[in-house]
Amino acid sequence: MYVAVKGGEAAIDNAHRLLAEARRGDPAVPELTVAQIREQMALLVDRVMAEGSLYDPDLAALALKQARGDVVEAVFLVRAYRTTLPRFGASNPVDTGAMTVARRVSATFKDLPGGQVLGPTFDYTHRLIDFALAAEGTVEPAAEAEPRADAGTCPRVTDLLAQDGLIELSPPDDGAPVGDLTREPVDYPADRALRLQALARGDEGFVLGLGYSTQRGYGRTHPFVGEIRVGEVAVAFVPEELGFPVPLGRIRLTECQMVNQFKGSGAAPPQFTRGYGLTFGQSERKAMAMALVDRALRAEELGEPVASPAQDQEFVLAHCDSLQATGFVEHLKLPHYVDFQAELELVRRLRAEFFRDSDSMQEAAE
Amino acid sequence: MATSPLQPDPEEIAARQAVMALCADVSRDDLDAALRALEAPAVEDLRPPETGLVMATGRIGGDGRPFNLGEVSVTRAAIRLPDGATGFAYHLGRDRTKARLAATLDALWQDPARRARVEAALEPAARRADANRRQAARRTAATRVEFLTVARGED
Repeated sequence: MYVAVKGGEAAIDNAHRLLAEARRGDPAVPELTVAQIREQMALLVDRVMAEGSLYDPDLAALALKQARGDVVEAVFLVRAYRTTLPRFGASNPVDTGAMTVARRVSATFKDLPGGQVLGPTFDYTHRLIDFALAAEGTVEPAAEAEPRADAGTCPRVTDLLAQDGLIELSPPDDGAPVGDLTREPVDYPADRALRLQALARGDEGFVLGLGYSTQRGYGRTHPFVGEIRVGEVAVAFVPEELGFPVPLGRIRLTECQMVNQFKGSGAAPPQFTRGYGLTFGQSERKAMAMALVDRALRAEELGEPVASPAQDQEFVLAHCDSLQATGFVEHLKLPHYVDFQAELELVRRLRAEFFRDSDSMQEAAE
Repeated sequence: MATSPLQPDPEEIAARQAVMALCADVSRDDLDAALRALEAPAVEDLRPPETGLVMATGRIGGDGRPFNLGEVSVTRAAIRLPDGATGFAYHLGRDRTKARLAATLDALWQDPARRARVEAALEPAARRADANRRQAARRTAATRVEFLTVARGED
Protein backbone atom coordinates (compact mmCIF):
# COMPACT_ATOMS: atom_id res chain seq x y z
CA MET A 1 0.00 0.00 0.00
CA TYR A 2 1.20 3.46 -0.90
CA VAL A 3 1.00 6.16 1.80
CA ALA A 4 1.44 9.79 0.70
CA VAL A 5 4.58 11.67 1.64
CA LYS A 6 5.23 15.40 2.04
CA GLY A 7 8.28 17.53 1.46
CA GLY A 8 10.98 17.70 -1.16
CA GLU A 9 9.36 20.57 -3.08
CA ALA A 10 12.59 22.43 -3.73
CA ALA A 11 14.41 19.27 -4.78
CA ILE A 12 11.55 18.31 -7.12
CA ASP A 13 11.50 21.77 -8.71
CA ASN A 14 15.22 21.65 -9.24
CA ALA A 15 15.04 18.12 -10.63
CA HIS A 16 12.53 19.34 -13.22
CA ARG A 17 14.75 22.28 -14.13
CA LEU A 18 17.61 19.84 -14.53
CA LEU A 19 15.37 17.64 -16.67
CA ALA A 20 14.63 20.60 -18.95
CA GLU A 21 18.34 21.19 -19.40
CA ALA A 22 19.03 17.49 -19.99
CA ARG A 23 16.18 17.41 -22.52
CA ARG A 24 17.80 20.23 -24.45
CA GLY A 25 21.19 18.51 -24.46
CA ASP A 26 24.29 20.36 -25.63
CA PRO A 27 23.16 23.92 -26.44
CA ALA A 28 25.84 24.05 -29.15
CA VAL A 29 23.74 21.49 -31.08
CA PRO A 30 20.68 22.99 -32.83
CA GLU A 31 17.36 22.33 -31.10
CA LEU A 32 14.93 19.87 -32.72
CA THR A 33 11.67 21.33 -33.94
CA VAL A 34 8.37 19.50 -33.62
CA ALA A 35 8.06 19.56 -37.42
CA GLN A 36 11.45 17.87 -37.74
CA ILE A 37 10.36 15.09 -35.39
CA ARG A 38 7.04 14.72 -37.22
CA GLU A 39 8.70 14.51 -40.64
CA GLN A 40 11.93 12.66 -39.89
CA MET A 41 10.97 10.40 -36.98
CA ALA A 42 7.65 9.57 -38.62
CA LEU A 43 7.46 5.92 -37.61
CA LEU A 44 8.18 6.80 -33.99
CA VAL A 45 5.43 9.42 -34.17
CA ASP A 46 3.12 6.74 -35.61
CA ARG A 47 3.90 4.43 -32.70
CA VAL A 48 3.08 7.13 -30.16
CA MET A 49 -0.21 7.82 -31.96
CA ALA A 50 -1.10 4.12 -32.02
CA GLU A 51 -0.31 3.43 -28.37
CA GLY A 52 -1.47 6.86 -27.21
CA SER A 53 -4.68 5.97 -29.08
CA LEU A 54 -4.90 9.49 -30.48
CA TYR A 55 -4.25 10.37 -34.10
CA ASP A 56 -2.50 13.74 -34.08
CA PRO A 57 1.01 13.73 -35.61
CA ASP A 58 2.00 17.17 -34.29
CA LEU A 59 0.89 16.34 -30.77
CA ALA A 60 2.70 12.99 -30.82
CA ALA A 61 5.86 14.70 -32.09
CA LEU A 62 5.65 17.31 -29.34
CA ALA A 63 5.09 14.58 -26.74
CA LEU A 64 8.21 12.79 -28.00
CA LYS A 65 10.21 15.99 -27.70
CA GLN A 66 8.97 16.56 -24.17
CA ALA A 67 9.62 12.90 -23.27
CA ARG A 68 13.18 12.99 -24.63
CA GLY A 69 12.23 10.24 -27.06
CA ASP A 70 10.84 7.88 -24.39
CA VAL A 71 7.92 6.19 -26.17
CA VAL A 72 5.97 5.14 -23.09
CA GLU A 73 6.38 8.56 -21.48
CA ALA A 74 5.18 10.18 -24.72
CA VAL A 75 2.19 7.81 -24.75
CA PHE A 76 1.48 8.89 -21.15
CA LEU A 77 1.50 12.58 -22.18
CA VAL A 78 -0.83 11.95 -25.13
CA ARG A 79 -3.25 9.90 -23.02
CA ALA A 80 -3.27 12.59 -20.34
CA TYR A 81 -3.94 15.27 -22.95
CA ARG A 82 -6.92 13.40 -24.41
CA THR A 83 -8.62 13.31 -21.03
CA THR A 84 -8.83 17.13 -21.17
CA LEU A 85 -10.88 17.10 -24.39
CA PRO A 86 -14.61 16.59 -24.95
CA ARG A 87 -15.66 13.79 -27.26
CA PHE A 88 -17.83 14.92 -30.18
CA GLY A 89 -18.82 11.38 -31.11
CA ALA A 90 -17.71 8.39 -33.14
CA SER A 91 -16.74 8.35 -36.82
CA ASN A 92 -18.40 6.28 -39.47
CA PRO A 93 -16.33 3.10 -39.82
CA VAL A 94 -13.37 3.81 -42.12
CA ASP A 95 -13.38 1.93 -45.42
CA THR A 96 -9.95 0.34 -45.81
CA GLY A 97 -11.09 -1.11 -49.15
CA ALA A 98 -11.12 2.47 -50.48
CA MET A 99 -7.66 3.25 -49.07
CA THR A 100 -5.30 5.32 -51.21
CA VAL A 101 -2.63 2.67 -51.12
CA ALA A 102 1.00 3.69 -50.54
CA ARG A 103 2.07 0.10 -50.00
CA ARG A 104 0.35 -3.20 -50.55
CA VAL A 105 1.85 -6.66 -50.48
CA SER A 106 0.51 -10.18 -50.30
CA ALA A 107 2.35 -13.33 -49.32
CA THR A 108 -0.45 -15.55 -50.61
CA PHE A 109 -1.01 -14.37 -54.20
CA LYS A 110 1.58 -12.83 -56.50
CA ASP A 111 -0.98 -11.53 -58.97
CA LEU A 112 -3.65 -9.35 -57.43
CA PRO A 113 -6.16 -6.95 -58.94
CA GLY A 114 -4.62 -3.54 -58.25
CA GLY A 115 -1.13 -5.06 -58.06
CA GLN A 116 1.45 -5.20 -55.35
CA VAL A 117 3.33 -1.99 -54.56
CA LEU A 118 6.29 -1.90 -52.21
CA GLY A 119 6.07 1.78 -51.27
CA PRO A 120 8.60 3.19 -48.79
CA THR A 121 9.85 0.02 -47.11
CA PHE A 122 12.88 -1.28 -45.22
CA ASP A 123 12.24 -4.70 -46.78
CA TYR A 124 15.03 -5.85 -49.09
CA THR A 125 17.45 -3.22 -47.77
CA HIS A 126 20.81 -4.63 -46.67
CA ARG A 127 20.57 -3.23 -43.15
CA LEU A 128 24.04 -1.74 -43.48
CA ILE A 129 24.53 1.53 -41.63
CA ASP A 130 24.50 4.32 -44.18
CA PHE A 131 27.24 6.68 -43.05
CA ALA A 132 26.25 9.12 -45.78
CA LEU A 133 23.21 9.97 -43.61
CA ALA A 134 25.58 11.32 -40.95
CA ALA A 135 26.27 14.21 -43.30
CA GLU A 136 23.55 16.56 -44.47
CA GLY A 137 22.73 16.12 -48.09
CA THR A 138 20.02 16.18 -50.66
CA VAL A 139 17.93 13.12 -51.43
CA GLU A 140 17.57 11.78 -54.94
CA PRO A 141 13.94 12.35 -55.98
CA ALA A 142 11.74 9.28 -55.92
CA ALA A 143 11.15 7.48 -59.22
CA GLU A 144 7.83 7.98 -60.92
CA ALA A 145 5.78 5.80 -63.24
CA GLU A 146 2.38 6.01 -64.82
CA PRO A 147 -0.08 4.15 -62.55
CA ARG A 148 -1.65 1.16 -64.30
CA ALA A 149 -5.32 1.31 -65.11
CA ASP A 150 -6.22 -0.96 -62.18
CA ALA A 151 -4.10 0.89 -59.59
CA GLY A 152 -7.06 2.73 -58.11
CA THR A 153 -9.03 -0.36 -57.17
CA CYS A 154 -7.50 -2.72 -54.67
CA PRO A 155 -10.05 -5.28 -53.46
CA ARG A 156 -9.03 -7.02 -50.25
CA VAL A 157 -7.41 -10.41 -50.72
CA THR A 158 -9.91 -11.78 -48.21
CA ASP A 159 -12.76 -10.57 -50.46
CA LEU A 160 -11.28 -12.55 -53.35
CA LEU A 161 -11.05 -15.70 -51.22
CA ALA A 162 -14.50 -15.12 -49.81
CA GLN A 163 -16.03 -15.07 -53.29
CA ASP A 164 -15.31 -18.80 -53.54
CA GLY A 165 -16.28 -19.51 -49.94
CA LEU A 166 -12.68 -20.47 -49.17
CA ILE A 167 -12.44 -18.19 -46.13
CA GLU A 168 -14.84 -17.35 -43.35
CA LEU A 169 -16.72 -14.06 -43.67
CA SER A 170 -16.13 -11.19 -41.28
CA PRO A 171 -18.62 -11.07 -38.41
CA PRO A 172 -21.58 -9.09 -39.82
CA ASP A 173 -22.46 -5.60 -38.62
CA ASP A 174 -25.59 -6.26 -36.58
CA GLY A 175 -25.92 -2.64 -35.51
CA ALA A 176 -25.27 -3.56 -31.86
CA PRO A 177 -23.51 -0.91 -29.77
CA VAL A 178 -19.71 -1.15 -29.86
CA GLY A 179 -17.93 -1.51 -26.53
CA ASP A 180 -15.38 1.17 -25.66
CA LEU A 181 -12.73 0.35 -23.08
CA THR A 182 -11.99 4.05 -22.53
CA ARG A 183 -15.53 4.43 -21.17
CA GLU A 184 -16.25 1.12 -19.42
CA PRO A 185 -13.78 -1.19 -17.69
CA VAL A 186 -13.30 -4.44 -19.60
CA ASP A 187 -15.53 -7.32 -18.49
CA TYR A 188 -14.35 -10.81 -19.33
CA PRO A 189 -15.00 -12.49 -21.64
CA ALA A 190 -14.51 -9.44 -23.88
CA ASP A 191 -15.92 -9.55 -27.41
CA ARG A 192 -13.69 -9.33 -30.47
CA ALA A 193 -14.35 -5.61 -31.03
CA LEU A 194 -13.11 -4.76 -27.53
CA ARG A 195 -10.11 -7.06 -27.94
CA LEU A 196 -9.17 -5.31 -31.19
CA GLN A 197 -9.45 -1.90 -29.51
CA ALA A 198 -7.12 -3.07 -26.74
CA LEU A 199 -4.64 -4.58 -29.20
CA ALA A 200 -4.69 -1.49 -31.45
CA ARG A 201 -3.48 0.62 -28.50
CA GLY A 202 -1.41 -2.17 -26.96
CA ASP A 203 2.35 -1.97 -26.52
CA GLU A 204 4.04 -2.95 -29.77
CA GLY A 205 6.73 -4.95 -28.02
CA PHE A 206 4.27 -6.90 -25.91
CA VAL A 207 1.91 -7.65 -28.81
CA LEU A 208 4.91 -8.58 -30.99
CA GLY A 209 6.20 -11.00 -28.37
CA LEU A 210 2.79 -12.63 -28.03
CA GLY A 211 2.38 -12.90 -31.81
CA TYR A 212 5.81 -14.46 -32.02
CA SER A 213 4.92 -16.94 -29.29
CA THR A 214 2.04 -18.25 -31.43
CA GLN A 215 4.48 -18.91 -34.27
CA ARG A 216 6.78 -20.81 -31.94
CA GLY A 217 4.04 -23.20 -30.86
CA TYR A 218 2.24 -21.45 -28.00
CA GLY A 219 -1.17 -21.39 -29.70
CA ARG A 220 -0.16 -22.11 -33.26
CA THR A 221 -2.50 -20.72 -35.95
CA HIS A 222 -0.58 -21.46 -39.17
CA PRO A 223 -0.71 -17.90 -40.53
CA PHE A 224 -0.17 -16.48 -44.01
CA VAL A 225 -0.12 -12.75 -44.70
CA GLY A 226 -3.10 -12.47 -47.02
CA GLU A 227 -2.40 -8.80 -47.39
CA ILE A 228 -0.78 -5.79 -45.80
CA ARG A 229 -1.81 -2.36 -46.95
CA VAL A 230 -0.61 1.04 -45.82
CA GLY A 231 -2.19 4.26 -46.95
CA GLU A 232 -4.70 7.01 -46.34
CA VAL A 233 -8.39 6.66 -45.67
CA ALA A 234 -10.99 9.38 -45.33
CA VAL A 235 -12.61 9.79 -41.90
CA ALA A 236 -16.15 11.11 -41.69
CA PHE A 237 -18.35 11.98 -38.75
CA VAL A 238 -22.03 12.92 -38.54
CA PRO A 239 -22.49 16.00 -36.34
CA GLU A 240 -25.91 16.33 -34.79
CA GLU A 241 -26.44 19.83 -36.15
CA LEU A 242 -25.76 18.77 -39.75
CA GLY A 243 -27.21 15.28 -39.96
CA PHE A 244 -24.92 14.10 -42.78
CA PRO A 245 -21.34 12.72 -42.75
CA VAL A 246 -18.81 15.53 -42.66
CA PRO A 247 -15.36 14.63 -44.06
CA LEU A 248 -12.81 15.35 -41.32
CA GLY A 249 -9.72 14.69 -43.41
CA ARG A 250 -7.53 11.70 -44.11
CA ILE A 251 -5.52 9.49 -41.77
CA ARG A 252 -2.76 6.99 -42.49
CA LEU A 253 -3.45 3.42 -41.42
CA THR A 254 -1.83 0.00 -41.71
CA GLU A 255 -4.05 -3.02 -42.17
CA CYS A 256 -3.07 -6.69 -42.01
CA GLN A 257 -5.32 -9.53 -43.14
CA MET A 258 -3.93 -12.77 -41.80
CA VAL A 259 -5.20 -15.99 -43.41
CA ASN A 260 -5.06 -18.83 -40.91
CA GLN A 261 -5.47 -22.54 -40.58
CA PHE A 262 -8.71 -23.88 -41.84
CA LYS A 263 -11.32 -25.74 -39.99
CA GLY A 264 -14.34 -27.70 -41.01
CA SER A 265 -16.73 -30.19 -39.55
CA GLY A 266 -19.31 -32.70 -40.65
CA ALA A 267 -21.75 -29.79 -40.92
CA ALA A 268 -19.49 -27.12 -42.50
CA PRO A 269 -16.96 -27.46 -45.35
CA PRO A 270 -13.33 -26.55 -44.58
CA GLN A 271 -12.55 -22.84 -44.73
CA PHE A 272 -9.59 -20.65 -43.87
CA THR A 273 -10.03 -18.53 -40.76
CA ARG A 274 -8.92 -14.94 -40.26
CA GLY A 275 -6.97 -12.67 -37.96
CA TYR A 276 -7.17 -8.90 -38.31
CA GLY A 277 -4.82 -6.04 -37.50
CA LEU A 278 -5.36 -2.29 -37.97
CA THR A 279 -3.20 0.50 -36.56
CA PHE A 280 -2.72 4.23 -36.82
CA GLY A 281 0.19 5.24 -39.03
CA GLN A 282 2.62 2.97 -40.83
CA SER A 283 3.41 0.01 -38.63
CA GLU A 284 3.39 -3.37 -40.31
CA ARG A 285 5.06 -5.11 -37.38
CA LYS A 286 2.29 -3.97 -35.05
CA ALA A 287 -0.53 -4.72 -37.50
CA MET A 288 0.86 -8.20 -38.21
CA ALA A 289 1.41 -9.02 -34.53
CA MET A 290 -2.08 -7.73 -33.76
CA ALA A 291 -3.57 -10.00 -36.44
CA LEU A 292 -1.71 -13.01 -35.03
CA VAL A 293 -2.92 -12.31 -31.52
CA ASP A 294 -6.48 -11.52 -32.70
CA ARG A 295 -6.62 -14.97 -34.31
CA ALA A 296 -5.08 -16.66 -31.26
CA LEU A 297 -7.69 -14.99 -29.02
CA ARG A 298 -10.44 -16.57 -31.13
CA ALA A 299 -9.41 -20.04 -29.93
CA GLU A 300 -12.51 -20.60 -27.83
CA GLU A 301 -14.87 -19.31 -30.54
CA LEU A 302 -13.26 -21.72 -33.04
CA GLY A 303 -13.30 -24.71 -30.70
CA GLU A 304 -9.55 -24.81 -30.09
CA PRO A 305 -8.00 -25.56 -26.69
CA VAL A 306 -7.06 -22.42 -24.73
CA ALA A 307 -3.66 -23.41 -23.42
CA SER A 308 -1.20 -20.62 -24.27
CA PRO A 309 -0.72 -17.04 -23.08
CA ALA A 310 -1.67 -15.50 -26.45
CA GLN A 311 -5.01 -17.36 -26.32
CA ASP A 312 -5.84 -16.15 -22.80
CA GLN A 313 -7.76 -12.93 -23.27
CA GLU A 314 -7.52 -11.79 -19.68
CA PHE A 315 -3.76 -12.30 -19.74
CA VAL A 316 -3.40 -10.44 -23.06
CA LEU A 317 -5.84 -7.59 -22.50
CA ALA A 318 -4.91 -6.90 -18.91
CA HIS A 319 -1.20 -6.66 -19.72
CA CYS A 320 -0.90 -5.22 -23.25
CA ASP A 321 -1.34 -1.57 -22.28
CA SER A 322 2.05 0.10 -21.89
CA LEU A 323 0.68 2.89 -19.74
CA GLN A 324 -1.04 0.60 -17.25
CA ALA A 325 2.01 -1.65 -17.16
CA THR A 326 4.45 1.18 -16.60
CA GLY A 327 2.21 2.77 -14.02
CA PHE A 328 2.13 -0.29 -11.83
CA VAL A 329 5.77 -1.28 -12.34
CA GLU A 330 7.12 2.24 -11.91
CA HIS A 331 5.03 3.11 -8.88
CA LEU A 332 7.33 0.76 -6.97
CA LYS A 333 10.02 3.46 -6.98
CA LEU A 334 7.84 5.96 -5.14
CA PRO A 335 8.34 6.21 -1.38
CA HIS A 336 6.90 3.14 0.36
CA TYR A 337 8.36 4.08 3.74
CA VAL A 338 5.34 3.26 5.92
CA ASP A 339 4.68 0.03 4.10
CA PHE A 340 8.27 -1.03 4.31
CA GLN A 341 8.52 -0.07 7.99
CA ALA A 342 5.72 -2.52 8.75
CA GLU A 343 7.47 -5.28 6.82
CA LEU A 344 10.75 -4.44 8.53
CA GLU A 345 9.13 -4.73 11.96
CA LEU A 346 7.64 -8.06 11.01
CA VAL A 347 10.92 -9.50 9.70
CA ARG A 348 12.74 -8.27 12.83
CA ARG A 349 10.18 -9.94 15.07
CA LEU A 350 10.26 -13.21 13.13
CA ARG A 351 14.07 -13.23 13.21
CA ALA A 352 14.06 -12.59 16.96
CA GLU A 353 11.66 -15.51 17.40
CA PHE A 354 13.81 -17.70 15.16
CA PHE A 355 16.98 -17.01 17.13
CA ARG A 356 15.19 -17.39 20.46
CA ASP A 357 13.80 -20.76 19.37
CA SER A 358 17.14 -22.00 18.03
CA ASP A 359 18.87 -20.80 21.21
CA SER A 360 16.40 -22.69 23.35
CA MET A 361 16.75 -25.78 21.13
CA GLN A 362 20.52 -25.57 21.49
CA GLU A 363 20.18 -25.22 25.25
CA ALA A 364 17.84 -28.20 25.30
CA ALA A 365 20.34 -30.23 23.24
CA GLU A 366 23.11 -29.35 25.64
CA MET B 1 -30.97 34.74 -46.06
CA ALA B 2 -30.94 32.07 -43.41
CA THR B 3 -29.63 28.72 -44.58
CA SER B 4 -31.06 25.67 -42.95
CA PRO B 5 -28.26 23.40 -41.76
CA LEU B 6 -30.30 20.42 -42.92
CA GLN B 7 -30.06 20.22 -46.69
CA PRO B 8 -32.58 17.73 -47.99
CA ASP B 9 -31.17 17.47 -51.52
CA PRO B 10 -28.65 14.58 -51.74
CA GLU B 11 -26.77 16.17 -54.66
CA GLU B 12 -26.48 19.42 -52.75
CA ILE B 13 -25.15 17.52 -49.73
CA ALA B 14 -22.61 15.60 -51.85
CA ALA B 15 -21.36 18.85 -53.39
CA ARG B 16 -21.11 20.47 -49.95
CA GLN B 17 -19.24 17.44 -48.61
CA ALA B 18 -16.79 17.70 -51.52
CA VAL B 19 -16.00 21.32 -50.63
CA MET B 20 -15.70 20.36 -46.94
CA ALA B 21 -13.30 17.53 -47.87
CA LEU B 22 -11.22 19.91 -49.96
CA CYS B 23 -11.06 22.46 -47.13
CA ALA B 24 -9.96 19.68 -44.75
CA ASP B 25 -7.23 18.52 -47.16
CA VAL B 26 -5.59 21.86 -47.94
CA SER B 27 -3.59 24.18 -45.67
CA ARG B 28 -4.76 27.06 -43.53
CA ASP B 29 -2.90 29.45 -45.86
CA ASP B 30 -4.86 28.08 -48.82
CA LEU B 31 -8.17 28.81 -47.06
CA ASP B 32 -6.95 32.23 -45.98
CA ALA B 33 -5.99 33.07 -49.57
CA ALA B 34 -9.40 31.92 -50.86
CA LEU B 35 -11.27 34.07 -48.33
CA ARG B 36 -9.14 37.11 -49.08
CA ALA B 37 -9.89 36.65 -52.79
CA LEU B 38 -13.61 36.53 -51.93
CA GLU B 39 -13.43 39.66 -49.77
CA ALA B 40 -15.44 37.74 -47.21
CA PRO B 41 -17.46 39.77 -44.70
CA ALA B 42 -16.65 39.69 -40.99
CA VAL B 43 -18.32 36.72 -39.32
CA GLU B 44 -19.47 36.03 -35.79
CA ASP B 45 -19.02 32.75 -33.95
CA LEU B 46 -22.15 30.68 -33.40
CA ARG B 47 -19.98 28.89 -30.89
CA PRO B 48 -16.28 29.43 -30.25
CA PRO B 49 -13.95 27.10 -32.20
CA GLU B 50 -13.29 24.07 -30.04
CA THR B 51 -10.92 21.11 -30.11
CA GLY B 52 -12.24 17.72 -29.12
CA LEU B 53 -12.11 14.05 -30.02
CA VAL B 54 -13.86 11.76 -32.43
CA MET B 55 -13.52 8.03 -31.89
CA ALA B 56 -12.33 6.60 -35.20
CA THR B 57 -13.92 3.24 -35.88
CA GLY B 58 -12.83 0.43 -38.16
CA ARG B 59 -14.46 -2.83 -39.11
CA ILE B 60 -13.38 -6.32 -38.08
CA GLY B 61 -11.74 -7.85 -41.15
CA GLY B 62 -12.14 -4.51 -42.94
CA ASP B 63 -15.80 -5.14 -43.73
CA GLY B 64 -17.43 -6.62 -40.61
CA ARG B 65 -18.69 -5.42 -37.23
CA PRO B 66 -17.33 -2.03 -36.18
CA PHE B 67 -14.72 -1.64 -33.45
CA ASN B 68 -13.11 1.37 -31.85
CA LEU B 69 -9.67 1.92 -33.36
CA GLY B 70 -8.64 5.02 -31.44
CA GLU B 71 -9.46 8.70 -31.22
CA VAL B 72 -8.56 11.51 -33.62
CA SER B 73 -8.22 15.13 -32.57
CA VAL B 74 -10.83 17.28 -34.27
CA THR B 75 -11.45 21.01 -34.21
CA ARG B 76 -14.85 22.42 -35.00
CA ALA B 77 -16.12 25.87 -35.77
CA ALA B 78 -19.58 27.30 -36.40
CA ILE B 79 -20.05 30.84 -37.70
CA ARG B 80 -22.78 33.21 -38.87
CA LEU B 81 -22.44 35.67 -41.73
CA PRO B 82 -23.90 39.18 -41.35
CA ASP B 83 -26.86 38.05 -43.52
CA GLY B 84 -27.60 35.23 -41.05
CA ALA B 85 -26.26 32.30 -43.10
CA THR B 86 -24.43 29.73 -41.01
CA GLY B 87 -21.40 27.62 -41.78
CA PHE B 88 -19.75 24.67 -40.06
CA ALA B 89 -16.41 22.92 -40.15
CA TYR B 90 -14.96 19.83 -38.48
CA HIS B 91 -11.28 19.20 -39.24
CA LEU B 92 -8.66 16.73 -38.07
CA GLY B 93 -6.10 18.42 -35.85
CA ARG B 94 -6.11 21.37 -33.51
CA ASP B 95 -6.08 24.41 -35.81
CA ARG B 96 -8.96 26.62 -34.67
CA THR B 97 -8.14 29.39 -37.13
CA LYS B 98 -8.31 26.94 -40.02
CA ALA B 99 -11.61 25.46 -38.86
CA ARG B 100 -13.09 28.95 -38.62
CA LEU B 101 -11.90 29.83 -42.13
CA ALA B 102 -13.45 26.60 -43.45
CA ALA B 103 -16.73 27.29 -41.65
CA THR B 104 -16.84 30.73 -43.29
CA LEU B 105 -16.26 29.17 -46.71
CA ASP B 106 -19.01 26.63 -45.94
CA ALA B 107 -21.47 29.44 -45.18
CA LEU B 108 -20.54 31.37 -48.32
CA TRP B 109 -20.72 28.25 -50.50
CA GLN B 110 -24.28 27.49 -49.38
CA ASP B 111 -25.47 30.76 -50.94
CA PRO B 112 -26.23 29.84 -54.57
CA ALA B 113 -25.31 33.38 -55.63
CA ARG B 114 -21.80 33.02 -54.19
CA ARG B 115 -21.15 29.33 -54.86
CA ALA B 116 -19.31 29.67 -58.17
CA ARG B 117 -17.01 32.37 -56.77
CA VAL B 118 -16.22 30.24 -53.69
CA GLU B 119 -15.35 27.26 -55.85
CA ALA B 120 -13.21 29.46 -58.12
CA ALA B 121 -11.37 30.89 -55.10
CA LEU B 122 -10.59 27.36 -53.90
CA GLU B 123 -9.55 26.20 -57.36
CA PRO B 124 -5.78 26.89 -57.03
CA ALA B 125 -5.65 24.93 -53.75
CA ALA B 126 -7.69 22.12 -55.30
CA ARG B 127 -5.30 21.95 -58.25
CA ARG B 128 -2.27 21.79 -55.96
CA ALA B 129 -3.88 19.07 -53.83
CA ASP B 130 -4.70 17.12 -56.97
CA ALA B 131 -1.15 17.50 -58.33
CA ASN B 132 0.24 16.24 -55.00
CA ARG B 133 -2.08 13.24 -55.09
CA ARG B 134 -1.09 12.43 -58.66
CA GLN B 135 2.59 12.69 -57.85
CA ALA B 136 2.18 10.42 -54.81
CA ALA B 137 0.33 7.91 -57.02
CA ARG B 138 3.12 8.03 -59.63
CA ARG B 139 5.78 7.46 -56.97
CA THR B 140 3.83 4.54 -55.57
CA ALA B 141 3.32 3.13 -59.07
CA ALA B 142 7.10 3.11 -59.62
CA THR B 143 7.38 0.58 -56.77
CA ARG B 144 4.85 -1.83 -58.27
CA VAL B 145 6.42 -5.25 -58.17
CA GLU B 146 5.94 -8.41 -60.20
CA PHE B 147 7.02 -11.41 -58.16
CA LEU B 148 7.94 -14.55 -60.09
CA THR B 149 7.95 -17.98 -58.56
CA VAL B 150 11.05 -19.84 -59.52
CA ALA B 151 10.63 -23.50 -60.41
CA ARG B 152 12.74 -25.68 -58.17
CA GLY B 153 15.46 -27.40 -60.15
CA GLU B 154 14.94 -31.13 -60.01
CA ASP B 155 17.30 -32.16 -62.79
